[in-house]
Amino acid sequence: MERHEYDVVVIGAGGAGLRAAIEARQQGKRTAIICKSLFGKAHTVMAEGGAAAAMGNVNSDDNWMVHFRDTMRGGKFLNNWRMAELHAKEAPDRVWELEEWGALFDRTKDGKISQRNFGGHEYPRLAHVGDRTGLELIRTLQQRVVALQQEDEREHGDPEAFIKVFAECTITRLLKDGDAIAGAFGYWRETGDFIVFDAPAVVLATGGIGKSYVVTSNSWEYTGDGHALAVLAGAKLINMEFIQFHPTGMVWPPSVRGILVTESVRGDGGVLRNSEGRRFMFDYVPDVFKDKYATTEEEGDRWYTDQANNRRPPELLPRDEVARAINSEVKAGRGSPQGGVFLDVSSRLPAAEIIKRLPSMHHQFKELADVDITREPMQVGPTCHYIMGGVEVDADTGAASVPGLFAAGEVSGGMHGSNRLGGNSLSDLLVFGRRAGLGASAYVDGLPARPAAAEVADAKAEALAPLERTGGENPYEVHHELQRTMNDLVGIIRKAGEISEALQVVEKLKERSKNTGSSGSRVYNPGWHLAIDLRNMLLVSECVARAALLREESRGGHTRDDFPVMSADWRQKLLVCAAAPDGSGVTVEEKVQPSMRGDLISLFERSELEKYLTEDELAEYDAAVKES
Amino acid sequence: MGYKAKFRVWRGEGGEGQLEDFTVEVNEGEVVLDVIHRLQATQAPDLAVRWNCKAGKCGSCSMEINGRPRLGCMTRMSTFEETETITVTPMRTFPVIKDLVCDVSFNYQKAREIPSFTPPKDVKPGEYRMQQIDVERSQEFRKCIECFMCNNVCHVIRDHDENKPAFAGPRFLMRIAELDMHPYDELDRKESAQEEHGLGYCNITKCCTEVCPEHIKITDNALIPMKERVVDRKYDPLVWLGSKIFKRSGV
Repeated sequence: MERHEYDVVVIGAGGAGLRAAIEARQQGKRTAIICKSLFGKAHTVMAEGGAAAAMGNVNSDDNWMVHFRDTMRGGKFLNNWRMAELHAKEAPDRVWELEEWGALFDRTKDGKISQRNFGGHEYPRLAHVGDRTGLELIRTLQQRVVALQQEDEREHGDPEAFIKVFAECTITRLLKDGDAIAGAFGYWRETGDFIVFDAPAVVLATGGIGKSYVVTSNSWEYTGDGHALAVLAGAKLINMEFIQFHPTGMVWPPSVRGILVTESVRGDGGVLRNSEGRRFMFDYVPDVFKDKYATTEEEGDRWYTDQANNRRPPELLPRDEVARAINSEVKAGRGSPQGGVFLDVSSRLPAAEIIKRLPSMHHQFKELADVDITREPMQVGPTCHYIMGGVEVDADTGAASVPGLFAAGEVSGGMHGSNRLGGNSLSDLLVFGRRAGLGASAYVDGLPARPAAAEVADAKAEALAPLERTGGENPYEVHHELQRTMNDLVGIIRKAGEISEALQVVEKLKERSKNTGSSGSRVYNPGWHLAIDLRNMLLVSECVARAALLREESRGGHTRDDFPVMSADWRQKLLVCAAAPDGSGVTVEEKVQPSMRGDLISLFERSELEKYLTEDELAEYDAAVKES
Repeated sequence: MGYKAKFRVWRGEGGEGQLEDFTVEVNEGEVVLDVIHRLQATQAPDLAVRWNCKAGKCGSCSMEINGRPRLGCMTRMSTFEETETITVTPMRTFPVIKDLVCDVSFNYQKAREIPSFTPPKDVKPGEYRMQQIDVERSQEFRKCIECFMCNNVCHVIRDHDENKPAFAGPRFLMRIAELDMHPYDELDRKESAQEEHGLGYCNITKCCTEVCPEHIKITDNALIPMKERVVDRKYDPLVWLGSKIFKRSGV
């Protein structure tokens, strides 16, 4: 069996993985990058808006403290505050260093990196390149890896002496020596041959879990691999109940179901209508927002030109409110033919104005849906976009509870609390990718001896099983049923009964997945790969559902129909998932979230904190303010 | 709305294979990649195809559809007659691994041969100052999603494996142009573009520009300007003299 020895193995080659690998290599570590797809294709390319970093290029009042406050508010104060602090402080340096590596961001008039406004950010903060910032980020990091390889070729005669990309290679198990990480086991897509990495440190950077849902903006790779690998290796997951559903994804045609439709459509005057032609958002303004939103269409329409004397239209309510309303309309039978609602800008603005203000949306619908948004409405509905939950890590080093295991980016949990702000993902993966690379390198330096990977026979047998079951069940059907179940029963609006039902279905699907069979050879066989990925999707889905069942409140990306209110007591609690090495016996335990450091909590007004904190916590706040 | 379409898909591995006929359901609004996925889920579970984003942003699902290089995710079924047989084959310029999946390592090899961005050593991070108009030229080339269809279609290597060692292909000649036009790049890339990366092989037939899903004007905006600069450098005696003096002074 092919076997390699490295200091640090990074699983995942999106923004977080590449940044971690670059750091480990810069620390002098022999580093492997394991890439489920081709190098440079990771899901990071899909990010559009930008990377949030308080550089203050457009508004000089911006600084890390304002960014920190915005991030905590966005996450409804459930965030790991130390991560939010590090993120806000270090994001500017991480963006600037990309320029040194060749990134070309859009510019301000004085030649600095331009920054744009985004939801929840007080000042223009997102470094961007048009609406393709993710592509710029991943290409820059990819090219930085190549630059390091060129350096190694000059110095050592071998470009892959210190950093090597293993493309189209999938890890199915982490290997351990006693309690500590000792390597990883996987297969090459191209040949189906197995590969073993002996390494004392592994960084997980595998992204999210969206492929457990039918309607998602995520790509096929998002099967929760890192989440599952971590749990199976004995690490813990936190905040798994928090999943961000964006209210407006495309629903038609089937080929593009889930792809995002930017919020700017509504910002520029687009309205939501049901099948009866009614602007239904007027029926869904919650009491807490009643005084801030228009009650008639006329007033809402006047707001676009006169914001001082009118209230904003309810189409511009927070994302969770809009997503919930769309969901209700569809469930009540007032949806569009393809199961969404209508988002119409064609009757609101002249065609030329639409093309000028929304060029990429115009292009996207024309190319993919054959819909001319200057002439007809779009059909939109909520789409599974991002998981806030993930591997529980130490904020400073990215270390998980298993020695030698690290995680960064979407696969890690805590940074975004219950809801992530747009733009905070690209900066998150730069800041914590680097920190995980540093953390892994320091860990390797401190080891007295290299660990020895245990037997890989079990991992091999597990991976081969689907190919050896002739006449087993079609894995595509099991996958589809899981996606439908999670979408319908643990989606944007949740109820105890439905979540319990989902857990029963997942239990049955787990049994069925053990009997899936894949025909064909080991060479590039997607049916086989899916059968292997199913283990991860089912395990992660179970964690999501179990945590969602326990959290009896509504907060950020977790909305309970039967517990619609946010609870200060629940804010103090994190739900921690664990499982046995075979994935059975998933447990969810409550853990107390540590109180915010005095100097950080003092950055907020008491009146704001009163909405979130318990009386005891407010007393701590008063003491901290007094002290400072 | 739905209908049964006739597909002929290249299937095989290890250097052998043939076109296989399928009859497969097609629903309104679908793209070729949807139909390939339906074949996987219902008739050919081990049918190999690359894909990631399904939104024309990652450049993974490059294939040849009725002989034309296309992204499977951006080719709508409504562009074909319902009675038409649709033939799907892998990219021709690269060795086939299996079915629609090619070994595209040629491209990653070439990427590593292009010297990286080389900024001045004394500009610190955060101190870069560039005007929008000056970054826009390179930004156009950085829209590239690396689908490699320009390299696939380029006649210099499409049926001429023997040219591959000496020719970087439109994708990476464009990368040289991108770096050459970067306001802070300090390397002189003109001579190496011609001598080491095969710019001279390009005879501007614009096939690469035609297939680019990002509509980058590869030939007009990258390759031709590079060729003009190379010509200036080679035949302008003043430039030639300047370069000699520059080199001798050791700067």
